[in-house]
Amino acid sequence: MELKYNGTELLICLSARIMEDRSSAFIGTGVPMLAAALAKRLYAPNLVSVFEFGGVGSSLKYLPRGVGESKTFYRASVASGICDIMETAARGFITYGFLGGAQIDMYGNLNSTVIGDQAKPKVRMPGSGGANDVGSFCWRTIAIMQHDARRFVEKIDYLTTPGYLSGPGAREAAGLFPESGPYRVVTNLATLGYEEESKRMMLISTNPGVTVEQVVENTGFELIVPDEVGQSEPPTEDELRILREEIDPEHLYI
Amino acid sequence: MEILESGLYDLIQPPDIDGLRKWNRENKSMALESKLMSEKEAMERFVSDGDYVGFELYGTCRAPLSLVRELVRQGRKNLRLAGQGLQDVDFLLAAGMVEAMDITYVGYEVHGLSPVLRRAAEKQGVKMVEWSNAALAWRFKAAAMGVSYLPIRSMLGTDTFKYSAGKVAECPFTGDRVMLLPALILDCGVIHVHKADQYGNCMLEGISGFALEMARASKKLVISAEEIVDNEEILKYPDRNVIPYYHVDAVVHAPFGSHPGEMPYLYGRDEPGIMEWLQVTKTEEGASDYLDKYIRNVPDHAAYIELVGGEEKLKELRALSVGR
Repeated sequence: MELKYNGTELLICLSARIMEDRSSAFIGTGVPMLAAALAKRLYAPNLVSVFEFGGVGSSLKYLPRGVGESKTFYRASVASGICDIMETAARGFITYGFLGGAQIDMYGNLNSTVIGDQAKPKVRMPGSGGANDVGSFCWRTIAIMQHDARRFVEKIDYLTTPGYLSGPGAREAAGLFPESGPYRVVTNLATLGYEEESKRMMLISTNPGVTVEQVVENTGFELIVPDEVGQSEPPTEDELRILREEIDPEHLYI
Repeated sequence: MEILESGLYDLIQPPDIDGLRKWNRENKSMALESKLMSEKEAMERFVSDGDYVGFELYGTCRAPLSLVRELVRQGRKNLRLAGQGLQDVDFLLAAGMVEAMDITYVGYEVHGLSPVLRRAAEKQGVKMVEWSNAALAWRFKAAAMGVSYLPIRSMLGTDTFKYSAGKVAECPFTGDRVMLLPALILDCGVIHVHKADQYGNCMLEGISGFALEMARASKKLVISAEEIVDNEEILKYPDRNVIPYYHVDAVVHAPFGSHPGEMPYLYGRDEPGIMEWLQVTKTEEGASDYLDKYIRNVPDHAAYIELVGGEEKLKELRALSVGR
């Protein structure tokens, strides 16, 4: 029997499957919260959620609407503050960091600040918030994006959060910590990673029902397509049941 | 130390640590004296035109909104702002009181962009100097430490650095490239806590956000508290006193002071209340009408609470708290 699911549910399931057990994830509002909650229940029971304003290790029983809410430290191990959390990340404790944005380029650099000129923008977005720090400090960042050629662009209007900057060695040359940086991009069309040598974005697998051509067409820069491209499994019955009945029964996000 | 790169903007508040020390020597007292006063008196006395101000925690959680509303009621000109928030920043921007801000994030997360911020940046030309969240908190921390800058390993290589007022230098010990964050000293910091005594000793529950750092980075510090407790409670639990009284200039009793935001363990956030603001601010007129209805035409916080539903509403919000 074929299961029905929506695009957000698919993004959540794909993201949840990436995280390894006994690791930590720096969580932003939206899909990452649900992905971490789902991963904890199915794939990574010892995953530790980290919220920038001080909550560490919440059970994520209740879904927060923002990263500073009470629900981010409900029955948590720690309720400290932003300096403590950011310093913990700077000391190398945080494995995964979730990011998003209006634009991403082939090196995984993200824009969440402005479209147009910074001093006189066409569209002013919220700004870095903790994103630049997550992109600077976490070992492996995972970007969650809507996939189209307006968002996957050759040149982003503004570089809010560092990916691999201008390519191999650029993060280290800028002064960022070695071995940190972009790891995956999860979109409504595909899961992508980065080629080891060039640090350029590379297709890993397409989402159910999506072709490689569709992914390439919706990417505004030259995407590396390896000889073998996988096909992601659709959400399972278990994933969807837990997501809908336990994690987000009020359908706040899904 | 050789400066390798500089952000494009000038600092909108200089990191004058000597000045902070002098200020504290001349203006702060170790005497235990009551600082209890109304929102009106606190804002009149401690926020002036042109001041650099900041609010903690994060717009919809433990936010000192009764004090922000009072500031809008009184009106100020040319404020400069630590822009890390939601409704606190929105209210002041919508009231046209802000000249420039150090911005990290102003937005509504699950509910999207702030229309007020968009107008301020796109049409009204409010100057915005960019930082990351860690950077802003560490700038307070530097001031709290009494140092004029801190070296960090964030913001490097990005436009977030380029449009900041920071610098990049080589670490004299390791040779690493580090970003130098200038200390940020507030003319007035405003913080909402769970409990305070009349002298200004503060206890808070749940995450501390950047309250501890900001309190110590502020020349003038105004505290609002859900509950005013006897000094005896501090004497019994001195380890829970996170902001000692000698930093504090004013203590305001403000039950439900964070409304429509939440207060950990006490009340949940008023989602319809927040959504109303987001709806009406789609137009400048809508925002202005809201400020009239909920702020300018209301004499004080008690009257505001009555206007938004009084005891019935408060009961509803208490029930929304997720507890422990």
